[in-house]
Amino acid sequence: MNKKEKFFSVMKKVGTGAQKFSKNYLNYTVILAVMLVFTIFALATPMKDSTALLFQKITVAVILAVSLNFVVGFLGELSLGHAGFMAVGAFLGGKLSTILVNALGANSTNIFILILSLVLGAVCAAVCGVVVGFAALRLRGDYLAIVTLAFGEIVRVVFINSSYDNAINKINATKLPEFIKNFFAKILELLDFGGALGLQSPSFPKKKMYILVIIGFLLILFTLFVIQNILKSKTGRAITAIRDNEIAAKAMGIDVTKHKLMVFVISAAFAGMAGVLFSYANKPVSASSFGYNYSIEILIMVVLGGMGSINGSIISASLITILNEFLSKKLTGDNAIYKDLFYAVILILVIIYNNAPALKNLREKLNLKNLVGKLFNKIFKRKPNPSSVASDAARWDVVPTKIEMNEVLSTDVVIDYTGENSADIDERGGSDNGKEN
Amino acid sequence: MDLLTIIINGLSIGGIYAMIALGYTMVYGIAKMLNFAHGDIIMVGAYTVVLLFTTSPTVGIISALVLCVLVGIIVEKAAYRPLRGASPLAVLITAIGVSKLLQSAAQIFIGSEPKGLTLNLGEIRLGSLHISVLTLLTILISVAVMAGLTLFVKYTKMGRAMVAVSEDRGAAQLMGINVNSVITVTFIIGSALAALAGVFLLFKSQSVDSTFGAMPGIKAFAAAVIGGIGSIPGAMVGGVVLGFIEAIFAATPLRDYVDAIEFAILIIVLLVKPTGILGKKRREKV
Repeated sequence: MNKKEKFFSVMKKVGTGAQKFSKNYLNYTVILAVMLVFTIFALATPMKDSTALLFQKITVAVILAVSLNFVVGFLGELSLGHAGFMAVGAFLGGKLSTILVNALGANSTNIFILILSLVLGAVCAAVCGVVVGFAALRLRGDYLAIVTLAFGEIVRVVFINSSYDNAINKINATKLPEFIKNFFAKILELLDFGGALGLQSPSFPKKKMYILVIIGFLLILFTLFVIQNILKSKTGRAITAIRDNEIAAKAMGIDVTKHKLMVFVISAAFAGMAGVLFSYANKPVSASSFGYNYSIEILIMVVLGGMGSINGSIISASLITILNEFLSKKLTGDNAIYKDLFYAVILILVIIYNNAPALKNLREKLNLKNLVGKLFNKIFKRKPNPSSVASDAARWDVVPTKIEMNEVLSTDVVIDYTGENSADIDERGGSDNGKEN
Repeated sequence: MDLLTIIINGLSIGGIYAMIALGYTMVYGIAKMLNFAHGDIIMVGAYTVVLLFTTSPTVGIISALVLCVLVGIIVEKAAYRPLRGASPLAVLITAIGVSKLLQSAAQIFIGSEPKGLTLNLGEIRLGSLHISVLTLLTILISVAVMAGLTLFVKYTKMGRAMVAVSEDRGAAQLMGINVNSVITVTFIIGSALAALAGVFLLFKSQSVDSTFGAMPGIKAFAAAVIGGIGSIPGAMVGGVVLGFIEAIFAATPLRDYVDAIEFAILIIVLLVKPTGILGKKRREKV
């Protein structure tokens, strides 16, 4: 009897220790382990090119999904333009590395140039993040989603039309002095991102792709380090408070402007870095790959992994990328379309299952966490602990959206500047959702 | 290009955008959701016309209308109705899923090759001005549809019920309005308008593939927002504004950037006057 009790108390201690560890360091450890195994394999045996490329895609997808989750899951704002930030990073970072590699005559695998272009890509994407972040201060919900979508499309259209060969020829045909011609030609050369053909960025040769994968893993660790530490701090609690109730957060003295801008900038910077990684693995970098569809693909990873769950994003980004690769191998030719159908159906079913008010009882019955918890309690004869803090993940059925849709169908052609028509709503107590926000 | 041609082109493009934007604005005003799949209903309509046009143009257009309405009803019942009362973000993501589903279904059933159709109804000459009959027909029909819709919403029982549901769903239900059927009717009207817009877009671009409706859909949503979402005249104004922007820039060297310019204008409008040109001011309840 005594022995048994002792055993259980030890097990309990191990359990709480494991819980603490899994809460704080599990994902770092797993990623480090995967990275080490990958490195050993890559160095010991000649790795298949496709395997290295798959891992490279996974690292990019994980960084994108985690950084998008920071905006969607933790700040509670829907962004449909994540691929736009990635494109900015891919093109500007890729351009810098192209220029440096050509100017210095360096090898395309030069790590120093890669780091420089990662920094430039992150900074440029972050600047775009400031622009979109300012929109996020004025708008919310659907409107912000549309602005981010519009931003992504603008980026795509600008880069797809960025071939200036014609312009250079036209300038050379004019009778301007030579130095002005040269000056214009230099500027246009700097702005030339290859247009519809894509940017011919320096890329890692296939045999050396594993180096890029290792850098990708290190960048994932860096992303996790930054985002998880922010979320654990006072700032992170402020961000989730804004998600749950912006007005209450404001009343508590939280600087909404600062935090919203910060989240958008950080998320954009990481997307930019992912873009630079992408530009190092793909040649040429074509603007058409960063369309609206790519943003949606990242969003699907975040939604399926669970909004507001970093580990969920990591797992679903990896799994979806692997599944994508597997499906595109199995489904060749015309069958490749079934992949899209499959994702669309899964997305709809998952959302309906997770959110439909009518399925609430079923959800609670089949909740994996509850089931596992019950099993755990049965094995260790533990009583459920009522004082334990609920998970910090976004609970869709309760809050995490600020989409407030009061638009009323109307046939009036009178421009309503004053808002007097809705004065009766005012009396119930309300603040103007206009400019002063 | 002279000014009059630009105006007529602008009106015809604007009329098409306005028809699509009306669908967005009505669904947004009544069901309070952003129906991302609306653009793909356009694609369904255009495909139906292409496939049936050789048998008979009338049959093609009528079956496009019927099929679009059916797809609209099915999508609403199967995907959106279970989520009524759930978080709007969830509904939005479902709508994105439905849009992808329709696109890939079209690819599977019809193939990923673009299908073409050319229709030439001749043109009218007024002095030096050449106007194609199709352009004129587009303008006339879109004006007629918009006028009819305005009268419908203003003077019929169902139209008034729509306004009531949009203003306060709970109160409308207490007054004996069947909210579910009002929302279904909204989707029917929106899908029928999308089908019509799809027919005219098809005659204009003369080819259709599975992503045919995506860009016009997003642009029409931009038009609805510029005009003021929820407002029926606003959707028309926004559509025409966007049509003119497109027609004007198509005549300048900036024509490759026309999409970027339109979206930039959308962002500026949203930042300066989020309620759009004719939109009502929103209230936020604490």
